[in-house]
Amino acid sequence: MITIKNAVVSYREDVALRGVSLSVKKGELVGIIGPNGAGKTTILTLVNGLGKLLKGQVQVLGCMLNNGCPAYLRRRIGYVPQIHNIDPRMPVNAGEVVMMGRYGRLGLLRRPGILDRQVVESLLSLVGMSHLATRPIGHLSGGEQQRVAIARALAQEPDILLLDEPTTGLDRRARVEIMALVNEIHRTRNLTTLMVTHELKTASAICNRLVLMKEGRIWSQGKPEDVLQEEVLDLLYGDDNKVANYF
Amino acid sequence: MQNAILAGLLGGVACSLIGVFVVTMNLSFIGVAIAHAAFAGALCGAWLGFSPQAGAFIFSLAAVAVIGPLADRGEFNPDTPIGIIFSLTMGLAFLFMGLLPGPKTQALELLWGSILTVNNFDLVLLFIVAVIVLTLVMLFFKEIQAVIFHREAALAVGIPANLIFYSMLFLTGSVITASLRSIGGLLIFNLILNPAAAAYQLTYSLRIMFILSASFGILSTWLGLLISYLFNTPSGATIVLVSTVIFIIAAAFSPKRKVKKWKNELESALKN
Repeated sequence: MITIKNAVVSYREDVALRGVSLSVKKGELVGIIGPNGAGKTTILTLVNGLGKLLKGQVQVLGCMLNNGCPAYLRRRIGYVPQIHNIDPRMPVNAGEVVMMGRYGRLGLLRRPGILDRQVVESLLSLVGMSHLATRPIGHLSGGEQQRVAIARALAQEPDILLLDEPTTGLDRRARVEIMALVNEIHRTRNLTTLMVTHELKTASAICNRLVLMKEGRIWSQGKPEDVLQEEVLDLLYGDDNKVANYF
Repeated sequence: MQNAILAGLLGGVACSLIGVFVVTMNLSFIGVAIAHAAFAGALCGAWLGFSPQAGAFIFSLAAVAVIGPLADRGEFNPDTPIGIIFSLTMGLAFLFMGLLPGPKTQALELLWGSILTVNNFDLVLLFIVAVIVLTLVMLFFKEIQAVIFHREAALAVGIPANLIFYSMLFLTGSVITASLRSIGGLLIFNLILNPAAAAYQLTYSLRIMFILSASFGILSTWLGLLISYLFNTPSGATIVLVSTVIFIIAAAFSPKRKVKKWKNELESALKN
């Protein structure tokens, strides 16, 4: 489904990825964890073609992405980026944001039809946001905005779902709810999911595999119970912190 | 006067529709820089003896071509390169003004605008640009809405977000070029910004924001023309002042301010 070989990505002087190789099979839920600046988000942007590859190869859904990701392929990859500080006066409501997920499929010059509206309504219901569909997006709480973002990504009817720290800035209850929602969506919709997260405990419960990253390299990967060892995490995050802090 | 009323309608619609992009995407400084580049280009055209509109168009496109990628790179705060271009174009404008032989009437017209003396060519240009802007907004509304909300998310769903973004910048340059003679290089950007900023205060619907902005744009130009006629004041400046008053009224009665007030009350209650 996703194959990354020796990927090197650089932003000016900073090297974000240093020869990363990763394969993700169809139906897997892979969690990517690691300290800030490890290159976790960059991996996601390589998969949906928004990141620029300096060296290496990226193959997604059978298509080589060395020269960027064509629009028709991006439509099959749902992406939930980190979006913070949405202007409360933004003239867009929650329902419209979810509908944006349909726009790529619709193509230029075509307007959303009855089917698109039905899809949006069912997704708003799935993420528990039907009652807030007409609320301006900037008026929603962080957790509600994340639910809308997930619904927008699902509106694409994607094969692959990419989530970039979907629980950042949320309280404990919202974090648990969002992770449960991700798990449910992944299982029921037969998706291949890549999720960058700092939720080690929940990630270890729902992910098939965890990829540990540090300084642009894959530090370790495997089943959660195998990689989430105290000594591994101490090395990953630094000796000053103990594994108990991560859970 | 008939030409002025028509120019007010067309310029008001074109400028205020473009203003919606500028306001919602926080491109105010970029817009000002493009406006001043167009002004410098018009003066360059006048100095070299070709059409000021052609000069304005070329310079505004050049500004878009430089500012857009610089703002995109994220290498450093885009305000810095935009500020440099802004000061460069202002410097060039006054250089060309100084180099213009004879009386500076044409240069001053481009600076302050002269809606009462617009000719048929100006009107045709304004008409073409206004129709293009209106048509594109109607045809690509959903794509524009997605780009306004979040460019990266729009790209991710398969929308040609960069094309839409650069088209907006290009249209901004075109509208400024077409409106330069009637409104003036120094004042044009206020007519782009003020009606859209007023509309932004009043609605949470992008569709209604476009309609309100266009209405405020037309109201500003027509009311400005009337006041200018009645009190013998400079038309461009009067139009801009009217648009500013409309913004102040909209801001004063904005339902969005109530949200802010409510939030402030809540925060102070929590502190206590």
